[in-house]
Amino acid sequence: MSRIDVRKTAKLYINGAFVRSESGRVYSVEHADGSAVVRVSQGSRKDLRDAVRGSRSAQTGWAERTGYNRGQILYRIAEIMEERRDTFVDRLLTGGMSDDAAEAELDASVDRLVWYAGWADKFAQVFGNLNPVAGPFFNISAPEPTGLVGVVLADASPLLGIVSRVAPIIVSGNTAVVVVGGPRPLASIALTEVLATADVPAGVVNIITGDAQELGPVLANHMDVNALDIVGVEPTLAAAMTRDAAENVKRVTVEAEPQFMDEAAQSPYIIAKFVETKTVWHPKGV
Amino acid sequence: MTDHTIEKGIEWEYAPSVQGAEMVSIASTYGLFIDGAFVDPTDGEMFPTINPATEEQLSSVAAAGVADIDLAVKAARSAFENVWGPMKPAERAKYLYRIARLLQERAREFAILETLDGGKPIKESRDIDIPLVAAYFFYYAGWADKLDYAFPGIDPKPIGVAGQIIPWNFPMLMLAWKIAPALAAGNTVVLKPAETTPLTALLFAQLCAEAGLPDGVVNIVTGDGRTGAAIVEHPDIDKIAFTGSTGVGKAIRRAIAGTGKKLTLELGGKGAHIVFDDAPLDQAVEGVINGIFFNQGHVCCAGSRLLVQESIRDQLLDKLRSRLDTLRVGNPLDKNTDVGAINSAAQLQRIEALVASGRDAGVEMFQSSCDLPTKGFWYAPTVFTDVSQSHRIAQEEIFGPVLATMTFRTPDEAIEKANNTPYGLSAGVWTTKGSRILWMADRLRAGVVWANTFNKFDPTSPFGGYKESGFGREGGRHGLLPYLEGPWS
Repeated sequence: MSRIDVRKTAKLYINGAFVRSESGRVYSVEHADGSAVVRVSQGSRKDLRDAVRGSRSAQTGWAERTGYNRGQILYRIAEIMEERRDTFVDRLLTGGMSDDAAEAELDASVDRLVWYAGWADKFAQVFGNLNPVAGPFFNISAPEPTGLVGVVLADASPLLGIVSRVAPIIVSGNTAVVVVGGPRPLASIALTEVLATADVPAGVVNIITGDAQELGPVLANHMDVNALDIVGVEPTLAAAMTRDAAENVKRVTVEAEPQFMDEAAQSPYIIAKFVETKTVWHPKGV
Repeated sequence: MTDHTIEKGIEWEYAPSVQGAEMVSIASTYGLFIDGAFVDPTDGEMFPTINPATEEQLSSVAAAGVADIDLAVKAARSAFENVWGPMKPAERAKYLYRIARLLQERAREFAILETLDGGKPIKESRDIDIPLVAAYFFYYAGWADKLDYAFPGIDPKPIGVAGQIIPWNFPMLMLAWKIAPALAAGNTVVLKPAETTPLTALLFAQLCAEAGLPDGVVNIVTGDGRTGAAIVEHPDIDKIAFTGSTGVGKAIRRAIAGTGKKLTLELGGKGAHIVFDDAPLDQAVEGVINGIFFNQGHVCCAGSRLLVQESIRDQLLDKLRSRLDTLRVGNPLDKNTDVGAINSAAQLQRIEALVASGRDAGVEMFQSSCDLPTKGFWYAPTVFTDVSQSHRIAQEEIFGPVLATMTFRTPDEAIEKANNTPYGLSAGVWTTKGSRILWMADRLRAGVVWANTFNKFDPTSPFGGYKESGFGREGGRHGLLPYLEGPWS
């Protein structure tokens, strides 16, 4: 008689901890070939609120880290992903990708993290500047993180999608609460276990699996969320979330049909979507 | 002539020095400036614009309706596709330089008209508003053919037709902040000035014609909120730029959600003006006075919350009290005037209601002892002392000459109180300690931080808010971004 395997119920990743949904809900994710079914925690409104609370607490400290330090942590995520490439490729295969596509997805994800890691101590030099005002003043503009960014990934590419959106958000010092919807969450779940061991402070990235239709509006209405990144979400829901976001003037980015393998999917201008420019004046004199 | 007695028994006598208004000619009626010409509104509806210092009607202007906005957008679209868009950037630049020069030449005329229609002191319109207007056009003119250097690694393109809606507090300056970067980036515009201050925008329309600017590149449509709504809802506008109240900004955000229209918002503020015990106190007092009484406090980035370190509270308030009495309040055309007229009866009512809420809550206050004119809309400079954070006067934007004072003990407490607002537009810090300035500047959640100065503006310097004060920047290299297509849009 063959050995009975040990099955894991995938949990939510909130404030650095792996938790079941407070709602007790789980849903089933079937391997594309029908060979197995994985049980995944289904996040609720309360789970999202918990994540926002933890993420808010983490944000100031994360932003106060040096760019050098944040860059090293992003690079560390890439290192561990590379080390665990078999796990990721396996998850991507179970989601229905071909061998080649899965390898390419993993390669691109790791490379993208390394690319953004390098921006941590550089983007302020590209997006900030000294302003030559017409008067005896020192005047400088520099980008700062917007704060807490809610990310809704409806059914984006299973690994490259989350990496492509989260890396440019956190590299500047934002924290992220990410809703992963759709039928292929397993690679994102594997990512949570990398984040937990890659020196990423608790709360900087929170990943909640579930129904984007249900959870997206919760993020859009939450008054402690500063920006929304709406990715691969159908237009009616995206528009409704954009309307809801008006209440506290969230910055909203809508990427209706993301093409993560495209060159344009990685850009310092994506970092710039989630920063605020602060300008400081001081008189010159003796 | 008014006598003003201040403490220590010194008497000051002021002789009026009134700027004549002869060089300004105001037509009895104005149409809409669409496709390079003034045209009557489709349905013939007009509304008056008055001088808020006298309540006398200055002129009657057109109320643009949906059909008029459609004509303006069609003109702007056609100009974008056929003339302005295809034009060599260096040629666009020369038009903007030409406009800048004409503005400089006619600066006094614009300043007087700005003061007549809006109530701001001639000292400010003449020395601040209009010189800055010319400077913004001059600055952005130079960017028109250098965009590839502004944002390396991409190929920035104009967006198309921009709908721009501006407020009444800095009518020409806000026009310049909107039109100069939009045109430099290759867009065409439909701009609506505020209902109470349309005249300088209409004079600017004449100036565009004089500059030979191609028809339809700049369209000026007057009207109230309904005209604004028609712009926001027009399907062939690619981008909305709005400066005004946070409430209207949110409504615009909701209205265009899902349409793909781009948006930038410059909204309200409740700026903290923080004075530490080591600050040069007399300079700080001047900064605080300027921070809240500049332009009657009709300033989104006003320093409307004074946070003073507890140990110098009494000293600072004493100095503020005596300085308040030396402010000249009255005829905006008088070159001595420090504080002019409140822009409208409606705004005066809002100020009065918020001040009443402070008094009803039992907050102490003092006011300037100035005499206020009997006609027109006026409000005496006012300082509330010992305000608590939960008071409406500490939380809501008053948009008038009313300061709310609070105290703090430590830098951490100053930061916590300064950031305890849904807004995030401006902040001020007064201290002689350099490291403390930088520490504070890092932690203040505001788009502009003035350290040992306040209310400074420059075309090279980006301006805009955090949080509910809006998003997007105006001024500087950053101010081009909202008018360009690129990976950020």
